[in-house]
Amino acid sequence: MVYANFLLMKEEISLVTVIVILLIYDIFGSPKSLKYFQPTACILVGIHILLNIWPSPDVTAFGGMYHSTAMGGVMKSILSIGTLLVFMQANNWLSSERAIIRRGEFYMITLATLLGMYFMISAGNFLMFFIGLETASIPMATLAAFDKYKQKSAEAGAKYILTAVFASGLSLYGISLIYGTTGTLYFEDIPAGLNSSPLQMMAFVFFFVGLGFKLSLVPFHQWTPDVYEGAPTSVTAYLSVISKGSAAFVLMVILYKVFAPLVNEWQAILYWVIIASITLANIFAIRQQNLKRFFAYSSISQAGYIMLGVISGTAMGMTGLVYYVLVYMLSNLAAFGVIAVVEHRSGKITIDDYNGLYTTNPRLSFVMMIALFSLAGIPPFAGFFSKFFIFAAAAQQGYYVLVFIALLNTIISLYYYLRVVKAMFINKNEQPIARFNSDNYSRASLVVCSAGILLAGILSIVYESIGMFSFGM
Amino acid sequence: MELHMEYYLVISTIMLFAGIYGFITRRNLLAVLISIELILNSVDINFAVFNRYLFPEQLEGFFFTLFAIGVSACETAVAIAIIINIYRNIRNIQVKNLNELKEETTDKAIGNERI
Repeated sequence: MVYANFLLMKEEISLVTVIVILLIYDIFGSPKSLKYFQPTACILVGIHILLNIWPSPDVTAFGGMYHSTAMGGVMKSILSIGTLLVFMQANNWLSSERAIIRRGEFYMITLATLLGMYFMISAGNFLMFFIGLETASIPMATLAAFDKYKQKSAEAGAKYILTAVFASGLSLYGISLIYGTTGTLYFEDIPAGLNSSPLQMMAFVFFFVGLGFKLSLVPFHQWTPDVYEGAPTSVTAYLSVISKGSAAFVLMVILYKVFAPLVNEWQAILYWVIIASITLANIFAIRQQNLKRFFAYSSISQAGYIMLGVISGTAMGMTGLVYYVLVYMLSNLAAFGVIAVVEHRSGKITIDDYNGLYTTNPRLSFVMMIALFSLAGIPPFAGFFSKFFIFAAAAQQGYYVLVFIALLNTIISLYYYLRVVKAMFINKNEQPIARFNSDNYSRASLVVCSAGILLAGILSIVYESIGMFSFGM
Repeated sequence: MELHMEYYLVISTIMLFAGIYGFITRRNLLAVLISIELILNSVDINFAVFNRYLFPEQLEGFFFTLFAIGVSACETAVAIAIIINIYRNIRNIQVKNLNELKEETTDKAIGNERI
């Protein structure tokens, strides 16, 4: 046992340090000093991001259990930035009377799930992957059930944990069959033992369920709208962006590295899953009134688009996927930031409540508008470029029909995204939501998100610097 | 005389599908949780058996079983905590009463009470 191995896990160690410092602060800090808990948490996470912003070269530790790539490092930085933005938006809700006593727990549980995602991203063995997956999903259920006295929140938590454990159980069964047929759990050694026998195909399909659930792709999406609606808004934002982004990246890495011999089979499965995800989610999203449900369906269809980067199996697809996750994160967090602020101030959450928001809160409406435009993929916002790159990656591999269906679906999605914009800017309302000023943290996070939406597409350096680290099958 | 590996695999497969069936049909949250435990335990059997019969020279499968048992204990603990919280809120744990969150257009589904 070489203890120096631990030093190779830089990102994880610095995140654990942040968690431990916050834990000690939360336990031993006097009530007066806990006033500064929120800024401390944000600053610590900020330092953690800055320390790890430049991805380190490929590292293998603990005999191959831990395998970190430069692209994984980029993904970890993106996820940490998203977490920081969620922390800034959560302050409003966490300072309210009911939540303030459990404020410290929110930060620690959230960072614990982030740690699980880190391990999942840099796993080199299915055991490590499984532990990371569970570290990421078990605390997530407690986050969804965070509003202890609200029935909706408890219900969301129950629905999440039961379906999550069910999915991970099926996934484990798949892993056990893979172990039975290949005799190893190391990502490096498994491809040599794969020969697309029926048993291995079944194993792969079972395995796919676990990550498909986390990504909420269509056959496994039933929990998404309910949990998104019931969970506190900041948790929904976290769930829709960070959890989904990490699962997408891990699925891609495992498909590229471990299941490379089964490439034809998994591409065929993904093909139909993508079509179903994008189309069904779009059709359901049209009927939604509750904004959180609306964004749940929108996120299901976005997950379908993200999978377009996976199906190509090239370095370009990988770059496209990571870039898409970055842009999707900024757009979605901007939208959820607005929803969180409005919900906190007025308790209103349906699309009709947003009628005439422009007359009272023009700046919030503007941020919401560019977020929705970016999600729909209208130039010059970043969402257009992310869709463009991911479509290009898929088309390059000859998936013209698939790209065409995805294109048709962007038009459908434009319809329902514009419905919200129309409610805010055009629809008349006798009693629109009253004018209010949002707090500084939310404002800062919204500014960062809007700047990101406006600049991430136009500044080509963002895409190019991600592309430097990518690799194909 | 030694038992063949297939016997164990048949048992674990039956456990898996019994768990899936129970997960879909049970009307009580605790019964659903028990069904999930069946699934997780069938996986443990699988790993132990594969390791013992096919790859006895190394211990990967046994270790995976150990970790899987630990993790499934965590999952059960968290799930039960959440179920207790539901009980405090609505005073029962029937699945059909978890109907606060749903599509606005759908009707209330009425299920049979079992267990």
